[in-house]
Amino acid sequence: MEFYPGEVHALLGENGAGKSTLCKILAGAYSAESGTIRLGGEEYTGFTPAQAKQAGISIIYQEFNLVPGLSVYENIFLGKERKKGAMLDRAGMIQETKDIFEQLKVSIDPTVPVRELSIAYQQLVEIGKAIHERAKILIMDEPTAPLTEQEVGILFDIIRDLKRQNITIIYISHRIEELFALAEKVTVMCDGRVIQTLRTQETSRKELVSLMVGRELGESYPAREGEGSDEEVLRVSHLNTGKLKDISFSLYRGEILGFAGLVGAGRTEVARAVFGADPKTGGEILVHGRARQIHSPADAIRAGICLIPEDRKGQGLHLHMSIRNNISLTQIKALSRFLLVQQAREQALIDEYIRALEIKTPSDRQEVNNLSGGNQQKVALSKWLAAKCDIMIFDEPTRGIDVGAKQEIYQLMERLRQQGKAIIMISSELPELIGMSSRVLVMHEGQINGELCGAEVTQGAILELASGGAKS
Amino acid sequence: MNRKKIQLSKISVFLILAAELIFFSVAADNFFSMSNLLGIGRQVATTGIAAVGMTILLLVGGIDISVGTMCAFTGVVCTKLVVEARFPIWAAVIATMLVGAFCGSINGFMCTHFKIPAMIGTMAMQTIAKGCGYLLTGGIPITGLPDSFRVFGQGYIGQLPVPLCIMVAAFILGFILLEKTYFGRHIYAVGGNQEAARLSGIHTKKVQMICYVVCSTLAAVAGIITASRVNSGQPAVGVGFEMDAITASVLGGVSLMGGEGRIINVAAGVLIMGILSNGMVMLDLSEYTQWVVKGMVLLFAVAVDNIQKGLVKKQS
Repeated sequence: MEFYPGEVHALLGENGAGKSTLCKILAGAYSAESGTIRLGGEEYTGFTPAQAKQAGISIIYQEFNLVPGLSVYENIFLGKERKKGAMLDRAGMIQETKDIFEQLKVSIDPTVPVRELSIAYQQLVEIGKAIHERAKILIMDEPTAPLTEQEVGILFDIIRDLKRQNITIIYISHRIEELFALAEKVTVMCDGRVIQTLRTQETSRKELVSLMVGRELGESYPAREGEGSDEEVLRVSHLNTGKLKDISFSLYRGEILGFAGLVGAGRTEVARAVFGADPKTGGEILVHGRARQIHSPADAIRAGICLIPEDRKGQGLHLHMSIRNNISLTQIKALSRFLLVQQAREQALIDEYIRALEIKTPSDRQEVNNLSGGNQQKVALSKWLAAKCDIMIFDEPTRGIDVGAKQEIYQLMERLRQQGKAIIMISSELPELIGMSSRVLVMHEGQINGELCGAEVTQGAILELASGGAKS
Repeated sequence: MNRKKIQLSKISVFLILAAELIFFSVAADNFFSMSNLLGIGRQVATTGIAAVGMTILLLVGGIDISVGTMCAFTGVVCTKLVVEARFPIWAAVIATMLVGAFCGSINGFMCTHFKIPAMIGTMAMQTIAKGCGYLLTGGIPITGLPDSFRVFGQGYIGQLPVPLCIMVAAFILGFILLEKTYFGRHIYAVGGNQEAARLSGIHTKKVQMICYVVCSTLAAVAGIITASRVNSGQPAVGVGFEMDAITASVLGGVSLMGGEGRIINVAAGVLIMGILSNGMVMLDLSEYTQWVVKGMVLLFAVAVDNIQKGLVKKQS
């Protein structure tokens, strides 16, 4: 593969295609078994992280490399603090940090601890760090995944700016639309091999998708049949928490209700409050018309509500436990008689879900950590399907998983809907939200700013409401 | 390949145990005799019983360093109840275990409800229990116990020493609890990822609380056995005892971060420590030498375990 100065070169491929591995080799985090890297005429067989930095390669990982407790400028100068005599040159470092952000045309106070910044700003700090290191090559791994549409726009402007300064940008993303907006070239990878490098002007979305999966696959959503009923399954009225103001909505049997909004608008908070994961300061929750006191997730599960959390690795799964112990966890008490787990019943449950969701694994004793993102999500779903709740809240169910697995998740959600489950779907990917749900609530700053039904559900209308505007 | 690794690390502690057995059998004349092996069993019993409780608590993500002074304090309580309050022995034993459970519930309540780090919370209990032990005795051992009290520390069931039987029972119960019950799954889940466990509908605080209670109750059992063995209530026994229990757990591959480890391996860990002491005594090595060797065995065992778990990666 070849990369040229001042270009944005995208890497595209399913999970496990080898994009991140390639980038980690370039950044010196992994070492290559064979092959060479030629950089500005010099040949290398491999880097250490320090050498990579020296050669001008910077990488921004999905999980940032920032020290949360330190301020912005301290993070940027971490390990290369400037001194004035025996003391740190604090004023100088702050000024230079300001200059960097001015160049990026954003305003961040250099003295604020990174912990207090939003994810988007933390990412900008990472970019600032790369600029400070005088990076010639900047690798970005899924930079837009945690960002809202607005923030993505700002990020793109910055990337175009960097391009003009002759910096090479290697850009990894799952979102194909972005590549057309940003990249000159795109290299498609599959199973650790380069499939093809294309100019974005000369290719199409459909071609890229088919190269990625090796088969023709239109990104499509299941046909929605027999939608909605007027049986109200869940009613939330005047729900308040520290962050949410007066949330009221109803959920009906056999529907997928979408929750849209910018990151930080409070969608996840609604889910967590309804599920009893966060304390409420007021409001009422009615399940099947009966008021329920929900103070903990255990209460919610008893009332038939479950939540598949957004943070799969941190909250949805026990990464170091086996698949079997993860799947049966919510039901393990019900599968027991006098404390003792009834192994045969447990095994039957596990086999059922591994088969039904086509979880690809050699053994159910495999640690979940060893599975791909898509299969991990399936384990998380199995765990909640086993709980047999009729109200299911999916928080970003397709984040970070590949195209094929996404399709399977969509199909599954549609099947559940047809079985009469009431589903809430939170998603930052508008096409997915529009494709899956017939009714969408749009949140803005802790409140529900509007409801869209049927034909009203369009990207434009959602974005308008999400940014605080009114329904047209 | 991955599977092989896991299996190797499962048995590494048993390999060390076997190596030790073979070494001392060859090096020391009377080592491999029934009476000596049973003697070892009796010596490790209190450590083993405490290690069961410690393992359960470590698995849920806690730790209890008050086990040593609890052992002394409960021994004092039990003997005082028998000698001065004229409790029947069975009633004294039950009351003492309740005292242990009560102290454990305080540990658990402070550590889960007030979010005091387990190390600090139980360190406070360590001091409190020590103080209580001395307050009750005024520093003078309680003596004058009836002969029947000796059964816990010095008695035999057939050929087998009673403390050994109690330890084996504790391990069997611990094994059933951790491997066969839903509560055991909850322990591993809470220790592995507390937030994910809570979101799975598990009452995480309750689970942790129970583990603290179990750990302290088993410390009380060890305390009763110790008192019976020395035939008096001594406020000064059990110094550093909690470290023996933690060492045995860690030798058995229990993670101090919680959520990982098997109790069968801990049983092997207990035996490794016991055999090491016994064998070195038979080889006429001083206690000072024993400390050095024990420390080195611990370092070695944990390092080997980490290599096999694949935690030690080559980094350039």
